[in-house]
Amino acid sequence: MAKKTIQINFDTGWDLAPAPESTDHIKINEQYNLFIGGKWVKPKSGKYFASINPATEEKLAMVAEANDKDIDSAVKAARKAYDTVWSKMPAKERGKYIYRIARLMQEKARELAVIESLDGGKPIREARDIDIPLACAHFFYYAGWADKLDYAFPNRKPKSLGVAGQITPWNFPLLMAAWKIAPALATGNTVVLKPAETTPLTALKLAEIIQESGLPDGVVNIVTGAAESGAALVNHKDVDKIAFTGSTGVGKIIQNAIAGTDKKATLELGGKAANIIFEDAPIDQAVEGIINGIFFNQGHVCCAGSRLFIQESVYDVVLRKLKDRMQALVVGNPLDKNTDIGAINSKEQLATINKYLKIGTKEGAEIYQPECSIPKKGYWCKPTLFTNVSQSNTIVQEEIFGPVLAIQSFRTVDEVIEKANNTPYGLSAGVWTDKGSKMFNLTSQLKAGIVWGNTYNKFDPTSPFGGFKESGFGREGGLHGLKAYLKF
Amino acid sequence: MERVEVLKTYKIYIGGKFPRTESGRYYSPEINGKSLGNICHSSRKDFRNAVVAARSAFGSWSGATAYNRSQVMYRIAEMLEGRKAQFVAELIQQGSSKIQAEKEVIASIDRLIYYAGWCDKYAQVFSAVNPVASSHFNFTTPEPTGVVSVVAPEDSGLLGLVSVIAPVIASGSSCIVVASENKPLCSVTFAEVLNSSDVPGGVVNILTGKRGELLKHMASHMDVNAFLYANNNKKEELEIQKEAVENLKRVVIKDFSKPYSDEHETPYYIEDFLEMKTTWHPIEKIGAKGSGY
Repeated sequence: MAKKTIQINFDTGWDLAPAPESTDHIKINEQYNLFIGGKWVKPKSGKYFASINPATEEKLAMVAEANDKDIDSAVKAARKAYDTVWSKMPAKERGKYIYRIARLMQEKARELAVIESLDGGKPIREARDIDIPLACAHFFYYAGWADKLDYAFPNRKPKSLGVAGQITPWNFPLLMAAWKIAPALATGNTVVLKPAETTPLTALKLAEIIQESGLPDGVVNIVTGAAESGAALVNHKDVDKIAFTGSTGVGKIIQNAIAGTDKKATLELGGKAANIIFEDAPIDQAVEGIINGIFFNQGHVCCAGSRLFIQESVYDVVLRKLKDRMQALVVGNPLDKNTDIGAINSKEQLATINKYLKIGTKEGAEIYQPECSIPKKGYWCKPTLFTNVSQSNTIVQEEIFGPVLAIQSFRTVDEVIEKANNTPYGLSAGVWTDKGSKMFNLTSQLKAGIVWGNTYNKFDPTSPFGGFKESGFGREGGLHGLKAYLKF
Repeated sequence: MERVEVLKTYKIYIGGKFPRTESGRYYSPEINGKSLGNICHSSRKDFRNAVVAARSAFGSWSGATAYNRSQVMYRIAEMLEGRKAQFVAELIQQGSSKIQAEKEVIASIDRLIYYAGWCDKYAQVFSAVNPVASSHFNFTTPEPTGVVSVVAPEDSGLLGLVSVIAPVIASGSSCIVVASENKPLCSVTFAEVLNSSDVPGGVVNILTGKRGELLKHMASHMDVNAFLYANNNKKEELEIQKEAVENLKRVVIKDFSKPYSDEHETPYYIEDFLEMKTTWHPIEKIGAKGSGY
C-alpha cells in the first residue's frame, strides 16, 4: 500500500505577523563622494551611479564612480600616509586605532545592519546577527595582532608591504571590507578599498566611522565604482598588493594583469561545495545544515553548500524532510525579522540564476520549489532544489550563486570523496556523520580550504578562510591571514 | 567656610563585593611620614573566602569565549583611561612625581590592551597538530590552570599590579592577589575599575595587608593551582616553593624590578598558567597502515 504523503503548506493561514525593522534611526546621504586622504572628494570622472534597494527597486543613494585619475589620487594618498605616518607609527598605537574602529562599529551596529539589509537585500536577521557582529569582531581581533606579529612568525622579521588595493564583493559588503582592511592595517599597510558597485553603502558608512576614529588621513581610502575602477586599482603601478574576493573569472583576469609585476595577491574566489550526508548523520540537524548551507544569504555565498550528496539509504527521508523544511522558509521583505530568504542582490544576478534554472531543466533535472508567494516588486528567487542530476550537469559544474541546490546520491565513502573532489573549485565542504573517525577521513581527503563537520557556514575572525585549486589562494582570518600582508 | 572633604574608606575586593577584612584589623602605611589611611589588614580567612569566590568564578570565566574575555579586558582599559586622574592622584600620594605617576597610569592602560589582544590569539601560538606516525588526528590545545595566588610587586603599585593580573586572567584563570603592602591605594581603586568593567565577580580578588603573614596560606591552600610571586626575596620564595609541594602548585617567580620593561609584555606570561591537553582521535582508513582504532 502506498504511503499517504502530507504536504505541509505554511502559506495558508500560517502567515506570521509582519515584524519589520524600523529605518527611522539610520542616515543615508543622497549622494556620496570618494573617501580619499581622509576627505570626501568629488570624482574627477564627474559621474555618479545609483545604489538600488533590490527588494523595492528604489534608489537609496547616488554614489561616485572613480575613474583611473581618482584611483591614482587614492593610491597617492595611501602612499603618502604609508610613508609619512603609518609605517612609522609604533605598532601599539596602530593597534589602538583599529580597536577604536571596532568599538565605533559596535556602537553603530544596528544602523549598519539595516543599511546592509536595504542595500543588498539580505535578511535583517542575518545582517544583524552575522554580518555586522563578525565585521566588528574582525577589527577587534586584528587590532590585537598589530604589536604581536613577531610571535606569529617566529625567527622571521615581518615587514609591511606598503599600499594594498582591495576589491570586495556584494554578498557580504561590510564583512568583506573588514576581512580586507583589518589585517592590512594591523600589519602596517595602508589601503585603497573598492567595494562592489551594487552594495557600496556600508563601506561608505565605514569611511565615516574611520573618519570619526581619527585614523590618520589616507591610511584607508574608499573609492566606489564598477569593474573599470577595480581594473584601474589592479593595474596601478604603485600598489604593492591586491586582495580580491569575487568570481574565479575575474580572479584569473587579476592574476594575469599582475603577472610580471612585484604585486602580491590573495584571491578568494568561487566555489561549488559538496555537502555530504551519511546515513549515520543526525538527520534533522543535517537538514538544518543543508538549508543553512544553500539558502543562507540567498545562496550568494562563495562557500555555499550547493552540491548535496545524500547516502542512498537515507535519500528519501532526507529529501522529504528537506522539502518540508523548505516549505517553512519565509521569502520576502529583507527588513522583516521573520524573513529567511531576502531579495536577490541585483537584476543581473537574478537573470544569471534564472538562466541556470532553465539550463537545469533543459538538461533533464527535476526542479522543486515550495509553494510560496513573493513580492511583486524587487528581485526574487524561490528556494530551489534540483534532483535527478549527474556530475556532468551544468548546474553541478558551475557556480550559480543563488538559492539553488543540486542533489545527488552516493553509496560508498570512496565514491562520494571522488565526486566531491571532482570540480575545479576547492573552497569548502560539509560532512554530516556521527562517527568521528569517518569525519576525519573525510576532512583529510576532501580538497577544500574549509571543511565543516556537522555544521555549515560558520565563520570566525580567528579561523582562516580560503580555497584550494581554482577557489583562489591565500587565507583570510586567523594567524594565517596576517601573512598575506607581510614580507619577510 | 571651606568644604570638608569626604575621605575614602579602603576596602578589599572578594567575589565582586567590597567587604572590610573579616578580622576587623587595619594597618597604616606611611609615605614620607604621612599616613595613607587605614588599610584593611586581611586575614587567612579573607584569603580562604577569596579562594572560594575565585574557584566559583573560574567555571564561567574560563568557559567564556576568548573573544568575550578579550572585550572585557579591553573594557578594563577603557575604564582605567576614564579614571586616569584618580590614579595619578593616588600615585602621587604614594610618593610618585606627577610625571612618573602619569607615565605609570598610561603604561598600565597600554599593558591591559596588550594582554586583551592575546586572549583569542595565544592558543594559535601555543597549540599544535601533531603528525603522529599512525592514523590519528592528534592535537594539543591549552587550557587555563585554574585558581592562582598572586603576590603583586611591592614597588609598583599600579603597573605592577596590572602586569601580574592581566596575563593570568587572559586565558581564563582566576586569581587572588595580595597588593603592594606599602603602596596599596591603587589596588583598591583598581578593584573598583574591575567591578565596573564587566569582569565577573570572583575572577580577580584583591586583598591588602601583610604578605608575610599570608604567604604560607596562599602557597599551601589545596584549592589553589598555581602561584605567581613578583618580588625579590629569597626567603619568601623558598617558603612558597616548600608550601606549594603538597598539591604540586606551579610556582612562577618574576622579577618586576623594571616594571616598564617590554619583557613583561609576552604571551609566555600567559603560558605560565596554561595546561596543555592532547587529544587523540582515529582517522578511518588514511595511509597504508589502515585505521587507527
